[in-house]
Amino acid sequence: MALLEVKNLEVSFALRHGDLVALNDVSFTLDKRERLGVVGESGAGKSVTGFAVINLISKPGRITKGEILFDGKRLDQFSEHEMRSIRGNHISMIFQDPMMTLNPVLTVGTQMVETLRAHRKISKAEAEKIAIKKLELVHIPSPERRLSQYPHEFSGGMRQRIIIAIALLTDPAIIIADEPTTALDVTIQAEIMDLLLELCDAQDMALMLITHDLGVVAEVTERVMVMYAGKVIETAKTIDLVRNPRHPYTKGLINALPGHGECDQENRLQQIPGTMPNLTEIAPGCSFHPRCDYCQDICRSTVPELRQIGESKERWVSCHLVGKGQL
Amino acid sequence: MQTKRQKFKESYLLYSFKRDKVAMVSFTILTIFLLAALFAPVLAPYDPYDTASIDIMDSEIPPSWVADGDSRFFLGTDIMGRDLLSTMLYGLRISVMIGIGAVILQAIIGIGVGLVSGYMGGKVDAILMRIADVQLSFSTLMVAIIVSAIVQLTFGVGRYEQLAVPLLVVIIGIAEWPQYARTVRASVLGEKNKEYVEAARVIGLDSKRIMFSHILPNSLSPVLVISTVQVANAVMSEAALSFLGLGMPVSRPSIGSLINAGFEYIFSGAWWLTFFPAILLIIFILVINLLGDWLRDVLNPKLYKG
Amino acid sequence: MFAFIVRRIIQATVVMLVIGFIGFSVKHQLGDPVRDLVGISVSIEEREALRQELGLNDSFLVQYGRFLKNAMHGDLGYSFFYKRPALDVIFDKAPATIELVFAASLIILLISVPVGLYSAIYPKRFFSKFAMGVSIVGVSIPVFLTAIVLIYVFAVQLHWLPSYGRGETVDVFGWESGLLTIDGLRHLVLPSIALSSIMLPLFIRLIRSEMMEVLETEYIKYAWAKGLSRRRIWMVHAFKNTLLPVITVGGVQLGILIAFTILTETVFQWQGMGFMFLEAVERSDTALLVAYLVVVGALFVVVNTVVDIIYGLINPTVTVASR
Repeated sequence: MALLEVKNLEVSFALRHGDLVALNDVSFTLDKRERLGVVGESGAGKSVTGFAVINLISKPGRITKGEILFDGKRLDQFSEHEMRSIRGNHISMIFQDPMMTLNPVLTVGTQMVETLRAHRKISKAEAEKIAIKKLELVHIPSPERRLSQYPHEFSGGMRQRIIIAIALLTDPAIIIADEPTTALDVTIQAEIMDLLLELCDAQDMALMLITHDLGVVAEVTERVMVMYAGKVIETAKTIDLVRNPRHPYTKGLINALPGHGECDQENRLQQIPGTMPNLTEIAPGCSFHPRCDYCQDICRSTVPELRQIGESKERWVSCHLVGKGQL
Repeated sequence: MQTKRQKFKESYLLYSFKRDKVAMVSFTILTIFLLAALFAPVLAPYDPYDTASIDIMDSEIPPSWVADGDSRFFLGTDIMGRDLLSTMLYGLRISVMIGIGAVILQAIIGIGVGLVSGYMGGKVDAILMRIADVQLSFSTLMVAIIVSAIVQLTFGVGRYEQLAVPLLVVIIGIAEWPQYARTVRASVLGEKNKEYVEAARVIGLDSKRIMFSHILPNSLSPVLVISTVQVANAVMSEAALSFLGLGMPVSRPSIGSLINAGFEYIFSGAWWLTFFPAILLIIFILVINLLGDWLRDVLNPKLYKG
Repeated sequence: MFAFIVRRIIQATVVMLVIGFIGFSVKHQLGDPVRDLVGISVSIEEREALRQELGLNDSFLVQYGRFLKNAMHGDLGYSFFYKRPALDVIFDKAPATIELVFAASLIILLISVPVGLYSAIYPKRFFSKFAMGVSIVGVSIPVFLTAIVLIYVFAVQLHWLPSYGRGETVDVFGWESGLLTIDGLRHLVLPSIALSSIMLPLFIRLIRSEMMEVLETEYIKYAWAKGLSRRRIWMVHAFKNTLLPVITVGGVQLGILIAFTILTETVFQWQGMGFMFLEAVERSDTALLVAYLVVVGALFVVVNTVVDIIYGLINPTVTVASR
């Protein structure tokens, strides 16, 4: 049994003019110690997927269909109170911008201790001991002293380390990292990513890495799920996906990576023409068809289903043309 | 002209106005009040300033529908025998005059200071804004009360009452200018670094020209929003000063001085002397505040907090 | 931090000098210390001698200097009506005003914080909308009208509470307090409600809007993701961030209450500084008026400086450079 199983998840935002479907029929699994990448442009529904797992979608959004199973338990049916014992305890999150994530008026120590004490019946002193241990794990020098400092006394990279340390506090089974390095300096990005990877390995944690950066996904994850306009359009082992993308959109993404895919004569990076549609104006049929080079009549009229393709059980693609001799 | 009207008809402002019942009702009431103030001499059944027509025997008659009421005086009469309705209309006229006058004055001072401060920056800005801060921290009402007390002592009560209208305009105007200065400065700072100002400077327009023809028009929406609130504040300040006996005299009463005059008589049962002017004042201020709130929501300018 | 405090204190001193200057100018132009001392039944020669003796024929600046020097020693002139030093008169009246402001601040705090937080957390509930509606009506009612309505309903019609004066007071080390007797407290109820009525709506709206802004931030979302309890998120994470702007604006606003005590005290004939001030204006008691100006000015300056410094202490991100 998978550690986390999401089945046919639908998330809608109740707006004045009716519901806006942000996630449509999203299914995936995450095994123990597995590292899953969730890739897509901003607005594709990656972050919403991450937050939906811990049922923390910003208002007016809510889960309207589907199941979320964690350790065999239906998280989507949990009460707010039950959910609280999961969040930050069994499933931790790492947010995008470390400058905005920590509360500016509370010390780092307070923010660590409160997390522990929300989930364990321990004294403040014991909690501080654990906090110090975790800060050491993320290579924060002289952690005892650092506990009494405020977030603004740390650099962005240091703050993200602290946030990783907070995520580790309760030894969670899953870490959901939502663009954990996007807001950081390029030089620090690799450092933080390596640290995260190393810790997931050492601490037996599963990682759900949400990012728009296929390069990072290729380096870090074992399996990957590509999202477009609120849907999963392709999922595969990372290595297969990078070597042999099947969905036209994934192909485009890979070709846009420097050093990958077929570059044209002048060795320029290729771009996918156009932009992802706004969720309010998704085209009928395949939502990618207006930007697709291979677009045919069926793409304009019928919504493609996610189908297993080829020999690998892990490979699923949602495209009418793939595997039918056309693509 | 046609296009301008068209533009207004299609504007978001008008659209949201039509959708907001509170704003529409408030606007209607405000318009009625302003018209009543403007045409008070025509509308009022009696002239409260005409001492010859007032009979002291008519004093303290309750409203016409109450027992002992007199059909000649719809809302009753005050202690001097004046028709309360007429006196209130004239009082509203004075309150509105002082309120609007004071707001125009503070707007002129405040916008000027705000423009200079925001545009010049540096020491000038620091000093001007410190003055504004300090004055604001003393509260506009306090400044108004103390200044009017000093002015009244300087001029003597008699002269002060003769010159009350212009003096109150000046006193309230001086007390409240920092609100404008801070708001305008904030939006100037916002506009200053935008490309069009940069461009104007590059093509060599001089700073005065840039300020008045480029920055000022773009600072107008916050000015509009605070102007509504400031009119309400000014009318309230005037009422407060008059209530304290530092404003309009009872012989030429504003709404505030009417309430002041009537207050002494509520213990003896002449409730209408206070009640009607009070209701008038509250509704007047309330509709302005409601309109101000609505404008703030619609225009959503970056206002200075506090 | 230290440099910041020093700078605030220097600024406060400058403001006090300006207030002193205004006060002195008023006194110089309007006051007549000779009359204040001896009344009007003294011959012109004697008055002139007295003027010389008091240094009233010295230059403006010399007299200003003397005024400042005396003020430092607690001498703000002599009230001709009370026949006592002006500062003594003010100190006699101050407890009444301070207790009134204190009671009103307490009411404001106890009501605005829970109501503001509640209506920020549950903006769509009926109570929140009701509170917002009441508060806009509240800001539109001048404080003296609230006072009159309270008197009319609770004193004139219902006879529940007294309508004027402070009632029975107790002398506690020279501080005449109305807080320690039942009668004193009963007298305090209506005036303090009236005084709080003007600021209460402003505070509710301020706390609500600040809290709503904070609730939208990333760090609050993160706090939810950490599995903290609602109580902790609202009361510690959100409220603490709401407090900062509320303290700066709120501190100034509480100072403004002093201005409204003039109105409240007039309606309730509350024997405090505000009531005394208006009497001083009516009696042309210039020395007392100027003393009031200086004392209230000092009060404002102290409150604002303290609020600024507290703000600097609570807010860990205030650095010296940014001020």
